[in-house]
Amino acid sequence: MQQIMTFIDQVSRYQYLQNALIAAILVGIICGVIGCFIILRGMALMGDAISHAVLPGIVIAYMIGASFFIGAVITGVLTALGIGYISQNSRIKDDSAIGILFTAAFALGVVLNSTLKGTSVNLWNILFGNVLGVSRTDLWITFGMGIFVIVMIILFYRPLLLSTFDPTMAKATGLPVKFIHYMLMLLLSLVTVASLQTVGIILVVAMLITPGATAYLLTDRLSIMLVLAAIFGVISGVVGLYYSVLFDVSSGSTIVLVASILFGLAFFFSPKQGVIWKALRSRVSAS
Amino acid sequence: MTANQPEISVERLSVNYGGHHALKNISFGFQRGQLIGIIGPNGAGKSTLIKAIMGLEKFAGKVEIFGKSIKQMRKKISYVPQRSSIDFDFPVIVEDVVLMGRYAFIPWYKKASFKDKQIAKDALEQVGMTEFAKRQIGQLSGGQQQRVFIARALAQQADVFFLDEPFVGIDATSENIIVDLLRQLQSEGKTIFVVHHDLSKVEKYFDHLLILNQELVGAGKVADVYKPEILSKAYKGSITLFDSNDNMMVVSN
Repeated sequence: MQQIMTFIDQVSRYQYLQNALIAAILVGIICGVIGCFIILRGMALMGDAISHAVLPGIVIAYMIGASFFIGAVITGVLTALGIGYISQNSRIKDDSAIGILFTAAFALGVVLNSTLKGTSVNLWNILFGNVLGVSRTDLWITFGMGIFVIVMIILFYRPLLLSTFDPTMAKATGLPVKFIHYMLMLLLSLVTVASLQTVGIILVVAMLITPGATAYLLTDRLSIMLVLAAIFGVISGVVGLYYSVLFDVSSGSTIVLVASILFGLAFFFSPKQGVIWKALRSRVSAS
Repeated sequence: MTANQPEISVERLSVNYGGHHALKNISFGFQRGQLIGIIGPNGAGKSTLIKAIMGLEKFAGKVEIFGKSIKQMRKKISYVPQRSSIDFDFPVIVEDVVLMGRYAFIPWYKKASFKDKQIAKDALEQVGMTEFAKRQIGQLSGGQQQRVFIARALAQQADVFFLDEPFVGIDATSENIIVDLLRQLQSEGKTIFVVHHDLSKVEKYFDHLLILNQELVGAGKVADVYKPEILSKAYKGSITLFDSNDNMMVVSN
């Protein structure tokens, strides 16, 4: 209790902590929401791919002095397009195409970065996040992206639901299913970039998948799943940040650990899907 | 002779998968208000045919529905997918699935209206699934799931229906409800295409048939084409026919 009070006191006093807290909350919400669609479309690996593929974009943007948000989104989307192109034009399947392209992009990013020597991008911060280094400008960009992502999801909720649930019928009624797929990839890149400083490239996939998966175990409706995923994302962000400050470890790892613990709880104790209740129910019905 | 011009016509339709002919030179025509079974062995291209007609597969040839191209007719067509193509763990409840049939009619910036919800509700009533409206779709039996997807197609208020293997793995009650519904739709002047795998009950379900094995082997009234010589041509020895005057028995191997 004492420690929590100290934490609140510190947050009210230091602006960098306020920035970090707001960033963690925003990232929790948008990752949770986009993550639900990633899970239901079976694209968890794609989320991992795009998050790694933003690295060369960041480095190139740094080289030419452009905004690294733009660079990251460009290489993220290019990788998504490349994956689609390879799997549609050869016998290579989606998961292999993903494995080839994201590692290639990531490796390219590492090589480019090491050519910069001395003034290179701090790789550690990009890989594992440095939420305490979030500036006001970063925050505004994250905020803008968050609003954009949420508005898109609300506006296009029905087409997203239908094309995720039953792509064949979606096509038959004239929905541009492919276009929706690439729009989602664009949103995914945006979300990844927005989450870079909070959780970092390596762990952003956890923020995409884990809160959504936790919500999936607790509800039978997509709309509720989206809200729950956002809530779990926020809880993970805030509690994770608290432990990160308390133990002085990288914020990405504590945030992801909190998200994983929430998932563990839902996995064992969810009223409908929980392993424990399922076992109990089958025992009762057997006797 | 314009009255006899087919209202649904397919001319020289072919589908290619990387050099391999999935469908070759299919031509047929039907008037509206018919219940048509599409039968043939595994890999005959039955699903491919309906997907091509709906414009979901690239094809060569010409498809016209009431004299118009498929793109102009999308809203008038509804599709019931093969049950195995659906993820039944999806977080969606029965009434949401049925409401999807109305999505094409709701502008993207609007919410579903009361009228749309009422249409969905009526469709659910027609298949006898009202009491399951709040259930998650994975909690239903196979036949019940099939009825929900048919309710979704009904909610589209379409003129042409395509059903992909609706009778696979369902209970007798659901089967009867579905057959009655299809007959009722037919009497309202709707045209219904049903992909059907099992040769038994063909005569009970349909009045017209398309018999397919990559090429069109037979098309027309059941009485005219459901014959041993035509079937054995389509199934190429993978069935055994027992023919005793009026009664024909077919056993797929």
